[in-house]
Amino acid sequence: MALLDVTNLSISFGGLRAVDDFNMTIEKGELYGLIGPNGAGKTTVFNLLTGVYKPNEGKIKLDGEDITRKNTIEINHAGIARTFQNIRLFKQMSVIDNVKVGLSERYKYSTLESLLHVGRYKKVEKQIDDEAMRLLNVFDLAGERDTLASNLPYGKQRKLEIVRAMATDPKLLLLDEPAAGMNPNETKELMETIALVRKEFNMTILLIEHDMKLVSGICEKLTVLNFGKVLCQGETKEVLTNPEVVKAYLGE
Amino acid sequence: MSFLTYLINGLSLGSIYAIIALGYTMVYGIAKMLNFAHGDFIMVGCYVIFSISGALSGNGVMGTVIAVVVSIVLCSLLGITTEFIAYRPLRGAASPLAVLITAIGVSYFLENLALIIFGADVKSFSSVITWKGISFAGGQLKIQGVTIVTIVISLVILICLQLFINKTKQGQAMLAVAEDKGAATLMGINVNKTIMLTFAIGSALAAIAGALLCSAYPNLSPYVGAMPGIKAFVAAVLGGIGSIPGAMIGGLVLGIVEILSKTYISSQLSDAIVFGILVIVLIVKPTGILGKVIQEKV
Amino acid sequence: MHMDKKTKDNLITYGIVIAAFLVVEVLAMTGKLSSHMGGLLVPMTYYAIIAVALNLCVGILGELSIGHCGFMCIGAFTSATFSKVMADKIPSGPRFFIAFIIGIAVAALFGFLIGIPVLRLKGDYLAIVTLAFGEIIKNVINAFYIGVDSKGFHFSMENQMALNLESDGTMIINGAMGITGTPKDANFMIGIGVLLISLVIVLNLINSRDGRAIMAIRDNHIAAEASGINVTRYKMLAFTISAAIAGSAGVLYSHNITTLTASSQYFGYNASIMILVYVVLGGIGNIRGSVVAACILYLLPELLRGLNKYRMLIYSIVLIVMMIVNWSPKVIEWRKRTFANFGFKKKVKVVK
Repeated sequence: MALLDVTNLSISFGGLRAVDDFNMTIEKGELYGLIGPNGAGKTTVFNLLTGVYKPNEGKIKLDGEDITRKNTIEINHAGIARTFQNIRLFKQMSVIDNVKVGLSERYKYSTLESLLHVGRYKKVEKQIDDEAMRLLNVFDLAGERDTLASNLPYGKQRKLEIVRAMATDPKLLLLDEPAAGMNPNETKELMETIALVRKEFNMTILLIEHDMKLVSGICEKLTVLNFGKVLCQGETKEVLTNPEVVKAYLGE
Repeated sequence: MSFLTYLINGLSLGSIYAIIALGYTMVYGIAKMLNFAHGDFIMVGCYVIFSISGALSGNGVMGTVIAVVVSIVLCSLLGITTEFIAYRPLRGAASPLAVLITAIGVSYFLENLALIIFGADVKSFSSVITWKGISFAGGQLKIQGVTIVTIVISLVILICLQLFINKTKQGQAMLAVAEDKGAATLMGINVNKTIMLTFAIGSALAAIAGALLCSAYPNLSPYVGAMPGIKAFVAAVLGGIGSIPGAMIGGLVLGIVEILSKTYISSQLSDAIVFGILVIVLIVKPTGILGKVIQEKV
Repeated sequence: MHMDKKTKDNLITYGIVIAAFLVVEVLAMTGKLSSHMGGLLVPMTYYAIIAVALNLCVGILGELSIGHCGFMCIGAFTSATFSKVMADKIPSGPRFFIAFIIGIAVAALFGFLIGIPVLRLKGDYLAIVTLAFGEIIKNVINAFYIGVDSKGFHFSMENQMALNLESDGTMIINGAMGITGTPKDANFMIGIGVLLISLVIVLNLINSRDGRAIMAIRDNHIAAEASGINVTRYKMLAFTISAAIAGSAGVLYSHNITTLTASSQYFGYNASIMILVYVVLGGIGNIRGSVVAACILYLLPELLRGLNKYRMLIYSIVLIVMMIVNWSPKVIEWRKRTFANFGFKKKVKVVK
């Protein structure tokens, strides 16, 4: 069974069909790319997958579970985590606290225990701290645990967003233009981070990207969107040599 | 008949709210900030008129005219200066609360400065409008001069502002800045100047509103502008923030509601009713009567 | 090691409060405390408490409330009503304890109910609606007439006569005249105790799963939602706790004076703004700062009478300057550059 199964997804904004009859299947463990020119509807697809928008038609299934009508929070609990095109960290919080927020739906204690620091508080906080440190160690951010997120360099901010998403223990990770605004060095590091996510966590990843080098370098499969419609779908190599795709990207 | 009198009083108060609300809504729509000190500009305007017409008291109408004109000019300058010193540095601040708290600080500053200069005692303000007004139905229905003048002036201001915004280059620049500061800059519009102009006009309107407010309710104190200022913001929200006809409608509705509830329900509760309207509007239709929907992008 | 730093920080905060208490007690015992000064102590504690409450709302939740004195007002009136009715029926200790429970619970209830519509709004709108609610609370309480006689309770929103009290009846809330004769149960030690409890609750909250969720929402509610955080729930939680703590300040307030009125001076939006001044000057998000600022800013003008005339003017200037220094993008840029040149870049202080 596919991990993510999207069928006939459509949404319109005031007469404009931003996403039109969109289909996509992602298998467990795949690294899948969603590409297309500006305004093709890529981010809209992400927003549909994460419940920011509700589709007019179509169905989204995650690991066999229908998540089409769920809201953002429920979808996160169902197992989709994401990063954002324009980085959205908890800027005034430390690096480790950013990760701990990601962990907070997995390691729970009651509000009363929060207020009084009694009961499970100590034990669970220890677990949260250990798990957050383990993640930071994996991603080589342990040295910055107490740095304010906003004081991190750009590349590491992107990385922290990925770590925070991973902390929610997702089945599927969505990366929205992770390389946007990065220099070649940072992009290289990002590719290493993505490789790490796959290796350590055996994670299924769907990413939106403009950087063709990154896409062709790491994605196994691609879907190309143009004007809200799927233009082409399949193995990376085939898709990138498809004349329709070349035309959409380079013009005629 | 008495209902009609109250209705007209409500219209008059509403017209004052409308003039203040016009200033509020322009600043909010274009500079995207709640100028909490806007009401205190009214107070400053009133004290300027009070001081100058006191000094020129022998000069009759001329003295009053000079006082009002000087008040309008000084309030404009005050608006521009406040914007330049206190608000402009915070444009683009990470926290949206920063500029609001600063505006609260400016409001506090003006009130306490007035307190030090003029003292806490309530001054009796002599109306800038000496016309007695007209009576109908053999004196049963009397409309005071200040009421008529207030309503007429607010309508004139509304029409002038609409023309200014829609027909002049500066007005179009304001619309552009209200829509998107970045894009406006790219189109060669000087955003800082446009916002400055907005503050100048809004503050001038506050001075006019102040003259009318203190003519209708002649008690002048350092806090005279605070409540009308807040209520005018309620009016602006009610009409749809950023919308000029909306501010007018909102102001009139609010003024009528306030006077009628004071008369027929309870003078104690009339403010609660006015604020209750704000709460209901923001819950039921946060965009107000004529406002636009703005959605946050993800 | 990290936990230790936060714990140590909190212990310092508690330590400052306890030390201040001990110093005052020693002064009182040695007769060095003037009666004027003695009268300032309880107000100092309730101002510190409501400053903590407001900082939870402004600094931790990240929403500006200009109506917090409304919650204080609710706490004051509900508890004073109870204490006045029960003045001869329950001994003062347990009576005051129950008064606290009532004042806090009703303030929390109102915080919850008002929070439902208010927290759907953002920024300026939210601020102005809290102001509106604060004024509504004040106005409505000013129109309350409650009396009790041998036949039971009487209630009116018109005037005292409308209650039709028997000759043996007593007024409890007399409209704008408020409540007279609330037992004076509050004292400095209880005030300090309530302040400490408020501090423990707020500081514990900040260092917990719930607190992190609240701060995450403050910093980026979209990312918080995408991380599975129930935004509405945590906003309501923070707002309700904040209202409850403000209510406890109200209980202290009403049990420290003989006549309680819902006047603008103590419960209007200007009073709320005064608390906001404490919070901003103490540092938004800095709980200890709020306590220290509230105490100093409250005592200073009382002690230096000559300053009183210019006090508010100075506060307003400091408020404006602090906001610009801490938040102006250009100033922040300049500070970063300047401090980087001196080689202690990391020390750039972020207030919120």
